[in-house]
Amino acid sequence: MATAAEQWVLVEMVQALYEAPAYHLILEGILILWIIRLLFSKTYKLQERSDLTIKEKEELIEEWQPEPLVPPISKDHPAFNYNIVSGPPSHKIVVNGKECINFASFNFLGLLDSPRVKAAALASLKKYGVGTCGPRGFYGTFDVHLDLEEHLAKFMKTEEAIIYSYGFSTIASAIPAYSKRGDIIFVDRAACFAIQKGLQASRSDIKLFNHNDVADLERLLKEQEVEDQKNPRKARVTRRFIVVEGLYMNTGSICPLPELVKLKYKYKARIFLEESLSFGVLGEHGRGVTEHYGISIDDIDLISASMENSLASIGGFCCGRSFVIDHQRLSGQGYCFSASLPPLLAAAAIEALNIMEENPDIFAVLKKKCEQIHKALQGISGLKVVGECFSPAFHLQLKDSTGSREADVKLLQEIINQCMNKSIALTQARYLEKEEKFLPPPSIRVVVTVEQTKEELERAASTIKEVAQAVLL
Amino acid sequence: MGYGIATLFGYFRDFLRNSGLEKCNAAVEREEQKHFVPLYQDFENFYKRNLYMRIRDNWSRSICSAPGPLFDVMERVSDDYNWTFRFTGNIIKDVINIGSYNFLGLADKYDESMRTVKEVLETYGTGVASTRQEMGTLDKHKELEDLLAKFLNVEAAMTFGMGFATNSTNIPVLVGKGCLIFSDELNHTSIVLGARLSGATIRTFKHNNMQCLENLLRDAIIYGQPRTHRAWKKILILVEGIYSMEGSIVNLPEIVALKKKYKAYLYIDEAHSIGSVGPTGRGVREYFGLNPEDIDVYMGTFTKSFGASGGYIAGKKDLVDYLRFNSHSAAYAVSMSPPVAEQIIRSLKLLMGLDGTTQGLQRLQQLVANTKYFRQTLKKMGFIIYGNDDSPVVPMLLYQPCKVAAFARHMLERKIGVVVVGFPATPLAEARARFCLSAVHTRQMLDTVLEAINELGDLLALKYSRQRKS
Repeated sequence: MATAAEQWVLVEMVQALYEAPAYHLILEGILILWIIRLLFSKTYKLQERSDLTIKEKEELIEEWQPEPLVPPISKDHPAFNYNIVSGPPSHKIVVNGKECINFASFNFLGLLDSPRVKAAALASLKKYGVGTCGPRGFYGTFDVHLDLEEHLAKFMKTEEAIIYSYGFSTIASAIPAYSKRGDIIFVDRAACFAIQKGLQASRSDIKLFNHNDVADLERLLKEQEVEDQKNPRKARVTRRFIVVEGLYMNTGSICPLPELVKLKYKYKARIFLEESLSFGVLGEHGRGVTEHYGISIDDIDLISASMENSLASIGGFCCGRSFVIDHQRLSGQGYCFSASLPPLLAAAAIEALNIMEENPDIFAVLKKKCEQIHKALQGISGLKVVGECFSPAFHLQLKDSTGSREADVKLLQEIINQCMNKSIALTQARYLEKEEKFLPPPSIRVVVTVEQTKEELERAASTIKEVAQAVLL
Repeated sequence: MGYGIATLFGYFRDFLRNSGLEKCNAAVEREEQKHFVPLYQDFENFYKRNLYMRIRDNWSRSICSAPGPLFDVMERVSDDYNWTFRFTGNIIKDVINIGSYNFLGLADKYDESMRTVKEVLETYGTGVASTRQEMGTLDKHKELEDLLAKFLNVEAAMTFGMGFATNSTNIPVLVGKGCLIFSDELNHTSIVLGARLSGATIRTFKHNNMQCLENLLRDAIIYGQPRTHRAWKKILILVEGIYSMEGSIVNLPEIVALKKKYKAYLYIDEAHSIGSVGPTGRGVREYFGLNPEDIDVYMGTFTKSFGASGGYIAGKKDLVDYLRFNSHSAAYAVSMSPPVAEQIIRSLKLLMGLDGTTQGLQRLQQLVANTKYFRQTLKKMGFIIYGNDDSPVVPMLLYQPCKVAAFARHMLERKIGVVVVGFPATPLAEARARFCLSAVHTRQMLDTVLEAINELGDLLALKYSRQRKS
């Protein structure tokens, strides 16, 4: 039976052979010949595959010398000597043993010394202790946090606010929560370091435009539009963001928000506004750059600010529509994976907000003081004022640089030391020289607060003038 | 299988919502911006919309008292299946707190021992408003750093305002391009973020698996950088003292041996282990009895055992000096708030016995006793628990998402606050409940909790262990 089946199959095969078309047979023949050739040809030599012997591996491991964990630092690095403040960093500050008037802490509204704020923090300390012992998701949410978020949302007239426990992490966690690999972010060159870290963490395409140059931004947006038309499918899923600061920390200038809003609707990009310096400073009620320009807050997708400047607390917040903010409750890394803000600091911030709401005239007072010292500092020999006249934190840069950054820094430090001897506390604006993408020139940072009296401002201006003349000539 | 059914149901619900048959309660984009590219992709939010929303009430519960061993939880109801919440105004008082990281019980409402904190608050205020390098270094910070260096038995220490930021702003300072990082696969997000921001090459090794780490180390040194085969500039191993989701303690003696053999550097994040393991609370190094110089970079946070907030990095003086000039947070972020610094000083003094009492040691011993009792009893009852027997973080496996929700809700009804964790903090099928023991939990409280767990274990069929002893 088996042989019959075999034969039957054989017959079929032979028949198929006869019936197959000629090209088929030729192709099969060539293939068979090729296989036979490959099987019998000599294997050709690749480069000597170097499999290391065990002895060689041990030798490599022995020989390898790593760099030291940290390189040695030179002792005359300018940041080597920290200014040590004994006592509170208030209006009259004791720096390195000398009592001076404070022109260096970002205490714009003078709330660091406010007895009301301290009392609120004390009441919270009595009730809650200091720490929260957990992130927001795991019993770290206190009623004080919810209160503060509600307060902030109401104050800024947005739907929702979310608080973070550190100002630096606020914008650095907010940006990567929305913008991922493949999205495009247009950001100003003078953006502060926290924004730069947020951009780096997001892994998106970063496009920089010249500082406060709307035309340059429009050019970049137009280029992107052209790119989009080449690949509409990709364009439909690529999100675009424009990240700007209200008042720039590095240059003291204000961003041209009305034009940016126009560009936003024209090119369909979302705006993220970082208001650390302008919250509690600009605008009739201190609501920041949007109030200053009279723009509806709904036009800005996300406003992020730090509570460490005007609100005399620690931490930061983001506010905007619920649609945008709620996402951060699960995706903001600094929110989900970090302990929440200690309740005493949250209570201090709530009280500071209350004070801001009750005294809306302090903003006008602060503005006048800024303008006063701005005018007084014009025309100093050798130093130029960099920043808007209403910016409470501006820079004094050297008119003509000596050529080397180190020498510039030394000169400015000399000016600062002499000012400190005359009881005016100033500081240099500190940057990480190797890490910044666009390192601003060395400068002295001058900070104006509502607590400084007219006389003190005049004295400061004249002291700086004198010292600058003495040192720079 | 639970996830499979939930996923199918999720698709069904999405379909209903999209076709308008079911009301959609989620927030929506502005009318004017409807033509913008959507801010969120549908798929990213799928899990959030369909699974997380249904059991959302188990997280972000708000409390209105100090996070001590007993706390008050604000009652919260939802009228529309967890899309929005409403506080009823009732407060559930005296809920046993077995979820907050309060290992030594130092986070409690004000009492006389916190007098110095009150004084510092009244003198210094709450904020600092300047960075460390500018005008933000207070004498309090110096005092704290000196005390901390003494506590850890190292040359110097530096403190930062936030624990998360300590990792993410300092790891990039230590390593950069051309360096290699070995990171445990279960490391915390802050460590992963810091490693990513540094630009170095990252390779993960299996959790606490020394063999895997050794093989990777050998390969790295022998073959050098990929493609160019140049030698690596330095190798940094990132581990944690106690892993928060597993409760396991790092295998420190072996890692130190490996590090010495292959000349790598070791960075240990003692967020959970400082103040809670070791005979005098000095962390895993003391627990294993190693030399302080064996570990190159000590990092930790003050949130867990010290009842404050903030982080620190400690080690050799050269290292700390380098960080003072080059740390991102020293140059751009504000320093720690003075009353918080004072609270840490107070806690450190307590732990070191400098306040004249033996309270510190007593609390540690109580914590050890509580941990032992709790873990033993749970094992006897037949639950599967992860982690080292000495770690006060006790994860109990629940596996299925529905049980996660049921467990947490039932426990709250019995006035016990537990923490449950699911995806994405844990692998998809390994949801768990995590208990954090504290030195101030009394035996009575622990017994209440254990009884409740026992009952729920029978009710929800959670006793998976086959090694039941009773």
